[in-house]
Amino acid sequence: MAALTEQTILEGLAEIVNEETGLDTASVQFDKSFTDDLDIDSLSMMTIVVNAEEKFGVRIPDDEVKNLKTVRDAVGFIVGAQA
Amino acid sequence: MTTIPQQRRTLTTTAGAAYSRIWGVGGYRPERVVTNEEICEHIDSSDQWIRERSGIITRRFAAADETVVDMASAAANEALRSAGLMASQISTVIVATVTHPYQTPGAAPIVAERIGATSAVAFDISAACAGYCHGIALANDMVRGGSATFVLVIGVEKLSDFTDKTDRGSAFIFGDGAGASIVGPSDVPGIGPTVWGSDGSKWKTISQRNSWIEVRDGDVDWPAITMEGPEVFRWAVWAMAPIAQAALDQAGIKAEDLDAFIPHQANMRIIDALVKKLKLPDHVAVARDIAETGNTSAASIPLATQRLLDSGEAPHGGLALQIGFGAGLVYAAQVIVLP
Repeated sequence: MAALTEQTILEGLAEIVNEETGLDTASVQFDKSFTDDLDIDSLSMMTIVVNAEEKFGVRIPDDEVKNLKTVRDAVGFIVGAQA
Repeated sequence: MTTIPQQRRTLTTTAGAAYSRIWGVGGYRPERVVTNEEICEHIDSSDQWIRERSGIITRRFAAADETVVDMASAAANEALRSAGLMASQISTVIVATVTHPYQTPGAAPIVAERIGATSAVAFDISAACAGYCHGIALANDMVRGGSATFVLVIGVEKLSDFTDKTDRGSAFIFGDGAGASIVGPSDVPGIGPTVWGSDGSKWKTISQRNSWIEVRDGDVDWPAITMEGPEVFRWAVWAMAPIAQAALDQAGIKAEDLDAFIPHQANMRIIDALVKKLKLPDHVAVARDIAETGNTSAASIPLATQRLLDSGEAPHGGLALQIGFGAGLVYAAQVIVLP
């Protein structure tokens, strides 16, 4: 798959967050913290991570998930993980 | 290759029943009901958070002087009543547990003695929350292989002995109880092939905090069981859904053929995710006993089975998919005919 842009990944991630939590896709912005701003707990975060792996064709190991505190962290990781 | 010496005699072997089935199921829940409010006296949490996180509303704790053997024996007697059998007919007692507080002897021979299955084959198995399904797998093979006639498979835990009530991640999860089934001969298949295995690379994700040697020699607290919740959640959903599907496939059963789905009662959100991934139709009764029982590890599946049958949510003689998964990490799944 050709490398996706940050914006495309953000939109894809927003859809995944919406499917898992019902949150409006517009609320998924780069500067938002998953726990503090979007109120997403660690189990929902895992679901989002696994769905993102499938959607974007990347691997996000368990010990990396703890480092994805903001939407920007997650998008940045996915961008970097695209081989 | 070594040359095999020519045998002067051929060994005789046993032949068992054509098939096996579960003849009866019984459960024991300790009297003391523990609310989320009581749990929150020791952790910074709330009833609402616990319910959202896990689906647990209450759990049972055994009395201080109530042992794993006590609870296992009570469940065993219920299973005998359910099956219409006497203890003297039991050839084998298997106790699946991780909370019998002796390295040795095992709980099974003491339970066998207690209930009157004197001189039965009796041993414990340590397979955490998959212990009961491991026991069912062994019982099926033993009955069909000829090394057993009626096998009492008991899952029992006193997890309250091994829970750190101040650990926010686990204090609300664990509960106590026992469930038992009796596996015996059958003319038609009553237990499908078991799909089972392990992933020891993830052993640290659910574990007693320290070994007994570390406890003896070091300055460590009581070694409660802790979990890396999110990692376990990920494994329990995405690694176990294909295992559950494989158990269906190997039994020649489709999701729509099922009457019940009885996963280990680890967390309501794992249950919900598995139901979704397996695309279970609405008519399949889903065990959600965790709401009032908590996570009782090896006891969870037989207790949930008993509840589904007693409530009428699942039919006697119906088909159920059961899957256990837990510390090890280990797992086992099979389709069974409900007693």
